[in-house]
Amino acid sequence: MTLSYDDVVAKYEPVLGLEVHVELNTNSKMFCGCSTIFGAEPNTQTCPVCLALPGALPVVNEKAIESTIKIGLALNCSIAPFSRFARKNYFYPDMPKNFQISQYDEPICVDGYVDVEIETDEGPKTFRVEVERVHMEEDTGKSLHVGGATGRIHGAEYSLLDYNRAGIPLVEIVTKIVPGTGKYAPEVAKAYVAELRDILRSLGVSDVKMEQGSLRCDANVSLRLIGAEKLGTRSETKNVNSLRSVERAIRGEMIRHAELLNAGGRVVQETRHFQEDTGLTRSGRSKEQAEDYRYFPEPDLVPVAPDAAWIETLRAALPERSSIRRKRLQEAWAVPDKEMAAMINADVLDIVEATVLLGADPTKSRTWWLGEISRIANDKDVALADLSITPADVAEIVALVNAGELTDKLARQVVEGVIAGEGKPSEVVAKRGIKVVNDDGALMAAIEKVCAEQAETAEKVRNGHLPAAGALIGAVMKETKGQADAARVRELLLGHLGQATN
Amino acid sequence: MIRNNASEMAAKLAAGEITSVALTQAHLDRIAAVDTDVHAFLHIDTEGALAQAAAVDAKRAKGAKLSPLAGVPLALKDVMAQKGIPTTCGSKILEGWRPPYDSTVVANLKKNDIVILGKTNMDEFAMGSSTENSAYGPTHNPWDLTRIPGGSGGGSSAALAAFEAPLAIGTDTGGSIRQPAAVTGTVGVKPTYGGVSRYGLVAFSSSLDQAGPCARTVLDAALLHEAIAGHDPKDATSINAPVPQVVNAAKSGDVKGMKIGVVKELNGDGYQAGVRARFEESLELLAKAGAEIVEVSAPNFEYALAAYYLIAPSECSSNLARFDAMRYGLRVGDVDGASAESVMNLTREVGFGKEVKRRIILGTYALSSGYYDAYYGSAQKVRTLITQDFTKAFEKADVLVSPTCPTTAFKIGEKANDPLAMYLNDIATIPVNMAGIGGMSLPSGLADEDGLPVGFQIMSPVMKDDRMYSVGATLEAALLSKWGAPLLDKAPIMGGVR
Repeated sequence: MTLSYDDVVAKYEPVLGLEVHVELNTNSKMFCGCSTIFGAEPNTQTCPVCLALPGALPVVNEKAIESTIKIGLALNCSIAPFSRFARKNYFYPDMPKNFQISQYDEPICVDGYVDVEIETDEGPKTFRVEVERVHMEEDTGKSLHVGGATGRIHGAEYSLLDYNRAGIPLVEIVTKIVPGTGKYAPEVAKAYVAELRDILRSLGVSDVKMEQGSLRCDANVSLRLIGAEKLGTRSETKNVNSLRSVERAIRGEMIRHAELLNAGGRVVQETRHFQEDTGLTRSGRSKEQAEDYRYFPEPDLVPVAPDAAWIETLRAALPERSSIRRKRLQEAWAVPDKEMAAMINADVLDIVEATVLLGADPTKSRTWWLGEISRIANDKDVALADLSITPADVAEIVALVNAGELTDKLARQVVEGVIAGEGKPSEVVAKRGIKVVNDDGALMAAIEKVCAEQAETAEKVRNGHLPAAGALIGAVMKETKGQADAARVRELLLGHLGQATN
Repeated sequence: MIRNNASEMAAKLAAGEITSVALTQAHLDRIAAVDTDVHAFLHIDTEGALAQAAAVDAKRAKGAKLSPLAGVPLALKDVMAQKGIPTTCGSKILEGWRPPYDSTVVANLKKNDIVILGKTNMDEFAMGSSTENSAYGPTHNPWDLTRIPGGSGGGSSAALAAFEAPLAIGTDTGGSIRQPAAVTGTVGVKPTYGGVSRYGLVAFSSSLDQAGPCARTVLDAALLHEAIAGHDPKDATSINAPVPQVVNAAKSGDVKGMKIGVVKELNGDGYQAGVRARFEESLELLAKAGAEIVEVSAPNFEYALAAYYLIAPSECSSNLARFDAMRYGLRVGDVDGASAESVMNLTREVGFGKEVKRRIILGTYALSSGYYDAYYGSAQKVRTLITQDFTKAFEKADVLVSPTCPTTAFKIGEKANDPLAMYLNDIATIPVNMAGIGGMSLPSGLADEDGLPVGFQIMSPVMKDDRMYSVGATLEAALLSKWGAPLLDKAPIMGGVR
């Protein structure tokens, strides 16, 4: 038996906890000078420090500290006047030192919050997600387990290690527990990660590409009977690589927990791995026996003690908060609430703004990105940003339509052409020979031809049955290869058949 | 030529009386003659040393301005990474590993044209006080080949005492430069923590490790000190301040009006009679030279050894985790179907010696959740108390003094199965590392009962290393005029060379 989600939330209250890892976009690694560029040949971006050669020592990347403080400030945190790095000790081949330099009991930023707004049955509602801490650490290398059916270390024939990622600066943002979201838990989780991503992007501290792993979410959820005080046992789902997956993972885990609890079973505290294809999670490592990481202060590094004046300089330079920016854009563009939500959901705000800044009409810009271009991206299963069409292209297309040189229908062909790599809009227009047929004489010839071929339909229109005109207009458009302005065709056709045009 | 001090060799080189190639070759010949008995070296870089020497001679011939020690040979403790040269740390687990980079100390030596003869023996990963814990066999004390040369830097101290090298680099975590110096009749200095870069020093205990100079005279140590010291952006714990003027202090420092504090807790019971006699004698000489001798108390020093044996093993359990066969060094059990985990386990089982394993286990335990506060946490508090003891003592005295170690060199094998007795040998040197201050050991004579060298320890506040050189040079001069000849002249003749 599979429980419905409604059954789950009728009985249980979910409690969320979210840990987000962000790879900073610094030029060099957290503790050495190696490059951080994504996708280089394996093990080419390494040095004695990030390979943990005997004798090598870490030195903190100042830029990473600055970025972390900016993040803390943007998340309304207090910045600790004194914080320390600690060693988290455990053995794993992709971790060169067999300890990770992280922060433990003295993180750099504490006690912040993020407000997220979601659409509820009662209209838009704001939920506050409290942030417990923001701390710095280094990423591990990457293991590729070869052979074996599962791609996991167990059962693999051998493993390949790439240490290019080892030592990339990571910031971990940990929320406090988030109760009170009720049935909206999956949406709140998604909205939180989206909001976080927007904030990080506006700060310019990370690429925030979930699909490349520069923003990774571990989603914790537990259930308790509605009205109960005591928290249930949580599971931690890793590997959640898109906003949509955050929502699906939470929803799926809530249903899985409820089924277990309803059957009299118990939830095991463990790490679970999200699987994109099924939307389900599978069991990872059990955390019943908490691992002992033997944390202790990193003796190779000195404490981080940022100057108060410096923190204030960073605070003063913070970019506009994304919620304020959204309100501003919504007003300026006169966007209805529902459309605004759709834009945020589809993540087109930045790209629409860029298009508008190039002089295009806001409504038209929005319609293109949210409509036709999003549809093509979906069909191709790629992100909007990965299509070869740019805000400048869309602005140019909007201008061509305004100038009467393209109809909306022709403009869609141009969009297709640009995405297909045929060049800039003007080049596509030229190459494909697209032009609006403005010559009334040519149009009339087509109209007369169509009316002769479909005399019966023409007669209906002549007798005042206007809906029949559609078929004739369609035929004329076909006759003119879609290059005619449909409105002008209708005007001329109706006139030709003795009907008023209104 | 090899019996000269480094500064004398430097003067002859500068005057064109000898060449660096000849001087280097003389030391290589000496090593060939005596090192079968002494076993100070793990690796001799004949080709590299002669090439470096020839390069210095060429520069000098062109009239280039060279650093004070240019062309003088040196022995490097095998814990320092040197590009392309085997670096084992006295351990099987690093057998065959050749670093692809130079430690900052080595880079500084090369920059100063100091000729590196080879790598010296040591207790595995610097854990020990006798060099018996080396996986490559013990080093023998040139004063008595049946005795230990101290540890962990016994290879460096023995090389100096056997005239295999006039200069050496040591590292000191709890006394590994000073105790070997004491038992071999040589000079060893642990600079202020952060005074010399740790980049490329294979870590035993990061918060305690410090590289420093070893030599046969205070001035030679000072010259080497200035060559290797200074701020290094690659070491976050390196102090960004000018290097103390130690050469100047060694040349012209005196003790007139200086207050010298005798640490009450580092003398008396447990200290060999001959050690105490030589210590008192040195105090008298310093008083005669114009110093005021005062007594200071450091009540928390009695906990130093216990706290040290929690902090150092804790850090080492983490520092040595990287030796896992994945990227370099020994790899054991890498057969078809073996997992990474089993290769790691087997390699560490085979590659580490008994003392290293003992300390890894001790440290792992001390850092475990539930025990952390009682062990590591308490030890850190003791460390703070020891630092406070020093701060108070330095309010009463400019430098502090004590015997370097409680006894003279013991027999090889004598304490090998009694780790606690072995640990006690460092009782007077450990507090210095715990507080991160500077410490020096220089010879104060021979113990009457066994005729073996005794060390005199001078401790100076953070970044006031020049003070211990002033005191050391003054005492050294007073002792030399009392003895009429350097102490090492009394050592047995080896290889037929006086």
